[in-house]
Amino acid sequence: MSHHLSNLTLKVWRQSGPDNSGHFESYTIDSISDEASFLEMLDVLNETLIGENKEPVTFDHDCREGICGTCSLMINGRAHGPERATTTCQLHMRKFKSGDEIVIEPWRAQAFPIVKDLMVDRSAFDRIIESGGFITAPTGGAPDANLISIPKPVADAAMDAAQCIGCGACVAACPNGAANLFTAAKITHLNVLPQGQAERYKRVEAMVETMDEYFGSCTNHGECEAACPKEISIDVIALMNKDYRAAKFKNRKELSRN
Amino acid sequence: MAVELKSKVPTGPVSDAWESYKADVKLVAPNNKRKFKVIVVGTGLAGASAAASLAELGYQVDAFTFHDSPRRAHSIAAQGGINAAKNYQGDGDSVHRLFYDTIKGGDFRAREGNVHRLAEVSVNIIDQMVAQGVPFAREYGGLLDNRSFGGAQVSRTFYARGQTGQQLLLGAYQQLARQIGLGNVRLFNRTELVDVVTIEGRCAGIVTRDLMTGQVASHAAHAVVLATGGYGNVFFLSTNAMACNVTAAWRAHRKGAYFANPCYTQIHPTCIPQSDETQSKLTLMSESLRNDGRVWVPQNPDDNRSPDQIPEGERDYILERLYPSYGNLAPRDISSRAAKRSVDSGRGVGPLKNGVYLDFSDAIKRLGKPVVEERYGNLFEMYERIAGENPYDVPMRIYPASHYTMGGLWVDYELMTTVPGLYAAGEANFSDHGANRLGASALMQGLADGYFVLPYTIGNYLAPMLNKPIPGADHPAFKEAENAARQRFDAYLDIKGTRSPDWFHRELGKIIWDYCGMERTQQGLEKALSELPALYEEFQKDLRVTGNGESLNQTLEKAGRVDDFFQLGMLMCRDALERNESCGGHFRAEYQTDDGEALRDDENFANVAAWEWTGDPTKSNCHTEALEFNTVHLATRSYK
Repeated sequence: MSHHLSNLTLKVWRQSGPDNSGHFESYTIDSISDEASFLEMLDVLNETLIGENKEPVTFDHDCREGICGTCSLMINGRAHGPERATTTCQLHMRKFKSGDEIVIEPWRAQAFPIVKDLMVDRSAFDRIIESGGFITAPTGGAPDANLISIPKPVADAAMDAAQCIGCGACVAACPNGAANLFTAAKITHLNVLPQGQAERYKRVEAMVETMDEYFGSCTNHGECEAACPKEISIDVIALMNKDYRAAKFKNRKELSRN
Repeated sequence: MAVELKSKVPTGPVSDAWESYKADVKLVAPNNKRKFKVIVVGTGLAGASAAASLAELGYQVDAFTFHDSPRRAHSIAAQGGINAAKNYQGDGDSVHRLFYDTIKGGDFRAREGNVHRLAEVSVNIIDQMVAQGVPFAREYGGLLDNRSFGGAQVSRTFYARGQTGQQLLLGAYQQLARQIGLGNVRLFNRTELVDVVTIEGRCAGIVTRDLMTGQVASHAAHAVVLATGGYGNVFFLSTNAMACNVTAAWRAHRKGAYFANPCYTQIHPTCIPQSDETQSKLTLMSESLRNDGRVWVPQNPDDNRSPDQIPEGERDYILERLYPSYGNLAPRDISSRAAKRSVDSGRGVGPLKNGVYLDFSDAIKRLGKPVVEERYGNLFEMYERIAGENPYDVPMRIYPASHYTMGGLWVDYELMTTVPGLYAAGEANFSDHGANRLGASALMQGLADGYFVLPYTIGNYLAPMLNKPIPGADHPAFKEAENAARQRFDAYLDIKGTRSPDWFHRELGKIIWDYCGMERTQQGLEKALSELPALYEEFQKDLRVTGNGESLNQTLEKAGRVDDFFQLGMLMCRDALERNESCGGHFRAEYQTDDGEALRDDENFANVAAWEWTGDPTKSNCHTEALEFNTVHLATRSYK
């Protein structure tokens, strides 16, 4: 059966626009069901604020089932909050207790400027994908799908990396604001697959260099892996680095010889 | 002015229709394609694949999404899989069988020509997505794996763990991103369509609102594609994402595009039941779970024992009992109603007695936990996060929820709406699923429309327009639409009432769910049609939107969407009231067989109801397109 939590104090980052300065605002939630999700708790807060003729808190969210990657939030200093492998939208109030103080901030990273309150601009991720995060396969000319045999372990490794939802928790958790886990997950997904071989080195070079334009450098803290709601392993970063180094030496005219 | 509803399906055998269409279609030469501008609204599977493919062909494409990135579209949340008539399992599948299953699953209310084409191109979709690097599940030998889904007796569903929609959307998004990087597509993110503009009977472009700045702007084009998804959020609680809405389709409807079969909504049988009053959405558990999970309720309504204490003989495996040949894989509408009836009869389970069990204990015994984990691990984890119970130990609790809408903008064989130059693709159109969609067919349809249909059919419309000027964004019709949009959003801010858009949305959803949900009656629908206008009037008088219209304002965005949901909701109820039969997801209690199955009336309702906007959503005009079945025989749908 559901229980109710009472007397929660929320300290929420409020900032009216990208160029304005922000501050923490305190709100009290008198009572909330422990079956409610964290974002439903914020919905309740926003309904209350509208009732008081105040502007509700702006935050990004959409699918509320942990797959679209739209939601964010630093909750008590942790990206997506306290629960392992869980996005903010899937976090439920049963993970908190009555009387708790909860600090809610936007993603903190230079490459993700604040838009308003808790919403940030993550379009730098799109720039990375646009630079090379694809396999060039125009519509129409594909061979029969079973012509390309892919060993199950390879398909599984690609899928492990491809699960990335592009939420940006890795960047927010990184002391350097680096996007290596995101970029490496995208590269690994395509670079381990047979279909991805033709553009393998071109891809890694373009994506790493675009990433470097926007984001900080990786110094192997591993915070990204701990924060990732899809538990993507930092092994993918090693693979990216290996391919990046190789890309700088590879004679691409001989790509099909091995 | 009424428009004649011509399907434009080529005459002759349905299996030759698409080949014959392609043989006759007008083409635009490669060096002329760049002279045409095409707008694509929405970047889910249908929109992203259409925008990428049209740009690859050489058209100038402007793509619009209200998300921060195209990759957020709700296609991403589809879990189970995508159907294709590959027959890789050698289990008797074929294009004809997929075509037939889709027509039958839709309870004989879809257009044969469109559905046959869908089944034909389904095989190309799998080839295309594999070439793009979608990591579909594989057998140890390296070939593609399949599983089966509701309403089919073959294994034709391709999948990527429980995240097939995500992987397909990322594939389509990557193709789109490539075209954006090359400069062939201009992407407008965080930008919402607020009106469609027609000039001299043709679609001339769209008016948008920049969600970051509130700025209203016009965009002119030779053709416009709406790939803006379905309207399931009219129920407030649904499995749709929070931002899914009907606005683009509805604004097009108000500008002359007929809206077809709005009462055909799909209630998905396997969702996590509502747990409390703050619930903002319902979460779907993939239908694939029904491959191994068994649906049951206690036989005795007063049985309050924990599920493992209820002996086999005192359980009612409802689907296995009622539909032995399909068992737990009966189609969605049928499975949903079976669950509803169990709960209505007081045999519901869980603290609120609002669900049925989906039990994996036999599967775990038969296959072992590792195999079950391999198949459904991420779904089980998701269930545990939401419901706080571990499905390896305790059966899942599930209940039906609004999930997909088969109705949508009326389109012909070319996916063109009743407004020339305006197309609708994916869930936004009505064309392929009839009165009920089969599992794993939404992804198939979105990609079919975007990759393999629109790139052919749009050329047929554009070719005669070569080198002829089109109205620019400075045309008075655009200015007029811009002003109307500005006034509309200003008006929401000016009401200064007491209730939030969410409050009204929740109230609207309750009425629609109660009277136009899983089971409908004449009396209930009439009640809804009397309550809705009153609530809508209250919305117009008592809405409160805080903040202003010149900066990011999520409450204001929501107000516009709820406004359109109100108007659509009235049309839905009207459509449900006038369709005096039961078919697929539209179940009218007055029209059922002795054993409670949907009773169609083929004599009077083997048609598409396409509604014309008249200025008052309760007084729309109904036009019908007769459905002709030349290849399949109209039969009573039986899954027993």
